[in-house]
Amino acid sequence: MSGWDKSAISIATFLPLVGAFVIAFMPRDRERLIRGLGILFTGAALAVAIAIAIGFDYGGSGLQFEVSARWIDVIGARYHVGVDGISLPLYLLTFVLSFLCAIYTWRFVPNPGRTKAFLALQLLLETGMAGTFIAFDLVLFFIFWELVLVPMYFLIGIWGSANREYAAIKFFLYTLFGSVFMLLGFLGMYFRSNIGGAHTFDVIQLQQFAASGGFTQGFQVVVFAAIFLGFAIKVPMWPFHTWLPDAHTEAPTVGSVLLAGVLLKMGTYGFVRIALPMLPYAAQKYAPWIGLLAAIAIVYAALACLAQKDLKRLIAFSSVGHMGFVMLAIATLTPIGIDAAIFGMVAHGIITGMLFFCVGSIYDRYHTRQIVDLGGGLMQKLPYLGGVFAFVAIASLGLPGLAGFWGEVMALLSAFSPASSLNTGLFRGYMVAGGVGTILTAGYFLWMLQRVNMGTLPDKWREAALPDVLAVEWVSWVPLLVATVALGVFPRFLFGVTNEAVTALMHLFGG
Amino acid sequence: MVAAAEAALSNPGFLRYTWVIALLPLVSATLILFFGKRTPGKGPIYGILALAAGFVMSVAVLWHFVTGGAPYSSSVTWFEVGTFRLELGQYVDGLTAVMVTMVTAISLCIHVYSIGYMQGDKRYTWFFVVLSLFTGAMLNVVVTDNLFQLLVGWEIMGICSYLLIGHWWEEHANSSAAIKAFITTKTGDIPFLFGIFTLVFATGFATTNIQQIGEMASRGEVSTVLLTAGALLLFGGSIGKSAQFPLHVWLPDAMAGPTPVSAQIHAATMVAAGVYLVARTFSVFVHANPIALHVVAAIGGVTLVIAALLALVQDDIKKVLAYSTISQLAYMMAALGLGEAGYAAGMFHLFTHAFFKALLFLAAGSVIHAVHSNNMSEMGGLRKPMPRTFWTYLIGSLALAGVPPLSGFFSKDELIHAAYKAHDYPIMITLLAGAVITAFYTTRMVMLTFFGDYRGHGHPHESPAVMTGPLAALAGATVVVGFLGFAPTKAPFLDWVFFEHPEAAEVSVLVVGLSILVAGTGILVAYALYRRYRERDPLTALGPVYSLLEHKYYLDDIYWKGIVLPIRDKASAFANWTSQVILDGVVNGAARVARALSGLVNGFDRNVLDGAVNGVAQTAGFTGGLLRYIQSGNVQRYAAFLFTGVVILAIVFTRF
Amino acid sequence: MIRLPLALFFSAVLFSSGVYGVLARRNAVMVLMSIELMLNAVNVNLIAFSQRLHDVTGQVFALFVIAVAAAEVGIGLAIVILIYRNRETINVDEVNLLKW
Repeated sequence: MSGWDKSAISIATFLPLVGAFVIAFMPRDRERLIRGLGILFTGAALAVAIAIAIGFDYGGSGLQFEVSARWIDVIGARYHVGVDGISLPLYLLTFVLSFLCAIYTWRFVPNPGRTKAFLALQLLLETGMAGTFIAFDLVLFFIFWELVLVPMYFLIGIWGSANREYAAIKFFLYTLFGSVFMLLGFLGMYFRSNIGGAHTFDVIQLQQFAASGGFTQGFQVVVFAAIFLGFAIKVPMWPFHTWLPDAHTEAPTVGSVLLAGVLLKMGTYGFVRIALPMLPYAAQKYAPWIGLLAAIAIVYAALACLAQKDLKRLIAFSSVGHMGFVMLAIATLTPIGIDAAIFGMVAHGIITGMLFFCVGSIYDRYHTRQIVDLGGGLMQKLPYLGGVFAFVAIASLGLPGLAGFWGEVMALLSAFSPASSLNTGLFRGYMVAGGVGTILTAGYFLWMLQRVNMGTLPDKWREAALPDVLAVEWVSWVPLLVATVALGVFPRFLFGVTNEAVTALMHLFGG
Repeated sequence: MVAAAEAALSNPGFLRYTWVIALLPLVSATLILFFGKRTPGKGPIYGILALAAGFVMSVAVLWHFVTGGAPYSSSVTWFEVGTFRLELGQYVDGLTAVMVTMVTAISLCIHVYSIGYMQGDKRYTWFFVVLSLFTGAMLNVVVTDNLFQLLVGWEIMGICSYLLIGHWWEEHANSSAAIKAFITTKTGDIPFLFGIFTLVFATGFATTNIQQIGEMASRGEVSTVLLTAGALLLFGGSIGKSAQFPLHVWLPDAMAGPTPVSAQIHAATMVAAGVYLVARTFSVFVHANPIALHVVAAIGGVTLVIAALLALVQDDIKKVLAYSTISQLAYMMAALGLGEAGYAAGMFHLFTHAFFKALLFLAAGSVIHAVHSNNMSEMGGLRKPMPRTFWTYLIGSLALAGVPPLSGFFSKDELIHAAYKAHDYPIMITLLAGAVITAFYTTRMVMLTFFGDYRGHGHPHESPAVMTGPLAALAGATVVVGFLGFAPTKAPFLDWVFFEHPEAAEVSVLVVGLSILVAGTGILVAYALYRRYRERDPLTALGPVYSLLEHKYYLDDIYWKGIVLPIRDKASAFANWTSQVILDGVVNGAARVARALSGLVNGFDRNVLDGAVNGVAQTAGFTGGLLRYIQSGNVQRYAAFLFTGVVILAIVFTRF
Repeated sequence: MIRLPLALFFSAVLFSSGVYGVLARRNAVMVLMSIELMLNAVNVNLIAFSQRLHDVTGQVFALFVIAVAAAEVGIGLAIVILIYRNRETINVDEVNLLKW
């Protein structure tokens, strides 16, 4: 264990926090400097994260870059962090998206300006998100989890659009409501755990304790319900999704990107990392219900998308459907399902993040998000922006060869043959619902493209001087576009990373 | 020299590179996308070079099978999920070789033709990007050895068709047609996907390889129930892609795209893929419960007739061809539905049909290019100003109608013969009936377009050589390829493409006679009816039947009003309403309840709890207010109190 | 030899005069002098009982009291002078700064 192995992920995780402090002490009027620092710090963190990914041993299934230091002795909470194949893709995604958002901020700072606070909060958010994916101690996990709420609350509440305060408060309180139950669940597990006579918050130890049958069935059923609520709201699963369209619609572009790209994954990641392996019995009991909610979400969100008049709201609702696929995959409790779920998370992060970038840039040009007001002809006026938008929309509807496809198809495949303890017929029913959902998804995306991209440009925009995709936009988008194609053509990039860890996890699970 | 080349080609090592044929158009698509606009001629050259190279390689591959070579397959691991492995691979047998040759040849013609046809188009370069991608996806479907890779190519074709049909997206109708095509085929793709799952599951997630699944099926290692379910679900995909009833509705609308696209979709790619899928996975169908093949045959038979009937009443020349495509594909389906007996015949028809249908579309495109209208009512008499187009179109039409010695005759004859041999007389009668109608509408189309007097505007003129060149090439092919299935020439096609074992070519005088008879009947009747142009189509005499056909059996209306609109407008509004009002209502309601509760708590807090606390404080204050009067600041008064206290204490201590 | 009750009686009178002076006089100097009277009344008592009980402790205490009284007068007069300087009066009724 070299010093690098010990410190790398802590450096990457906390570098943005340092950046937030540095930016906070910069003079307010040095706009360029502040924006440059934002790019610098996110870039540096990304560089460290990439170095971690390079140094990662892809053959191993265990924790790497692991650090377990004393932290709060009284309750036995430790600073236990590390990455494995499940968290690495999401960890990396966090840094990539944050970096691209910082680049995007170089040119686009939403009203009312105040770049300093905007970037500082963005960096703080990055630390929270990244920390969630590496925490292997429930207390640490919970702290990172909650740390994310505050900056996002301000990002929506200050830099959002018209109805921002309502959306921000709704987002904050709804998520907090869930996480309170989650915390109770954590505490329940802490007090029931018994590792050599002591209680523990350690994720690995709790997993092993659970695998040896440490938690009684009744206890699991109760605690799972509590934890489920916390994660399900974050995902968000139907019917807990209503905060999402509001938050997304009101949030500034980078807020939406990070919200869709990373924040939602914290919920699904929680299911994979905590809920399933620690409460295996309850997971099996609840899986049919989770699957049901996921299947409903897929069809329901697609239908709701058809009814949306606001472009951004439409994209927001599409997230509900895509996360439905992820949850359906998780509910099957199979290695294929978990792999598919992680793939789906990353793909959704890339593609939907990109969609929000596009919508943000469209709004930046037109100052409206209403599909009727846009009136079509985007491809005539702004061919590159329209082209990118169409490409991403098509990626999002699950075209093979692009990233969105594999998560969806493997999710459906896993639903075709779920874990042996689950009712196969039931899950095949969910699979059919998912299949119908993909048709509807194609329907609403193509209809959206027809109404926004195609047709002739309304007269009111004909004379307007609207710039096409700017250099800074290309810089922040191209990596995502490339990743969309790369993951679609070579899914191995991702499945190869996750497979070992997922298999190990499922062994623990007894599946 | 020749011997050396022959030796090199008969070496199966050469087949190892078949996948390159499928890769080339993908590479060219990328090149056109990124460098097309900077290339002289704006890009198509990459696609043409790629396809030309691909065609040469295809011929070389085909030569291997012409000389009796053995199939070849290879694969590499694509990725692993859990213990489930997906592969990238190729399987090259006679069918593959024939298909790659056909696809590259026709697509090459279409590319060259498009240079002329699309000249001056706003998105000229982009058109070739998608066209190349389309071809690449189709070749990928043809070359692959496994179901998932096939699915990838399959769906990429779907999106390419969407992009090309909607190429002129400024018109709302075009983009709607594009969406319709994509959604309709996607509706078929979902069963297809589930069919793949079923088959993979049936092998215990051991393989996705089509040949291995087929072998397991033939060895009886896979449960028949699963095989049947898998076969039927796969066929769902074919129904969508090959535009079979009841998902055929997208294809006529797909005519909204530029004409080369129609040719591409109808001949070389897309619709052929559906038939090819059934052929490729044929052992699944054969070893499943017979009901699977019966379904294939039944769908084929039904589609064959209803599509042919629809072709009768069209005014749009491309729609006639579109319905004829549906009908001809149904021929192939019906033949495949016969089982092994119809396999080679079906594939042969797929092969010949591709050439003459591509020819017909491109020639029709040439006509449309000249008269600027799709409607036959605005054409007429074009044989004089456009002789080259006319002759090539005539060759294609006669092939379609089944006139010897053109390719369509041979393949159709073989289909009927297969049904006859299989003693499946209902299918045979359907095929014959279809042949009559086909001959009829083909003749009608030719008469309305090229004979009589010109009824349109302007002065039509012959298309440039870049367009007529491909027409000539395809016309030549249409004449020639039929002999590949000509019994007296030993029907070499049957030695290349077969299911499990080659069939011997047979000739039945009865069948040949019947074929010629039905084709002749159709042509003569149509000629009699359309010899002179009439404003009112003679077929309107059919009355309600005509009206039914004009409304496409009301299927579009049923789908639109019965499925699309309720989902798009009603169900979506309902979902949105439940989200906005009910689910969000609960959330906001909870917030409101919480606020109401907090108001109550606040009141209680202020009045009761705080009241008690404040009460104590007030009492203390009041008492203090009274007491403060004692504190006068007068030292002597303090001293007086002091002494008083001393005295009182003294009394207390002494008394008690 | 003076009898004890006589001494006590004298002391009581002296003390009462002192109390009266402290409580009733307006002049601060008079108040201080009255305090002096009270202290000396105590001294008389201490001496008387010392004599009677043949215990020298009382006399020692008396000496202490005299010393303390001297100090007290010293400080007291200083305060009075300061008050006079500030307020031009030494009437204790007018010096009520300790009021609420």
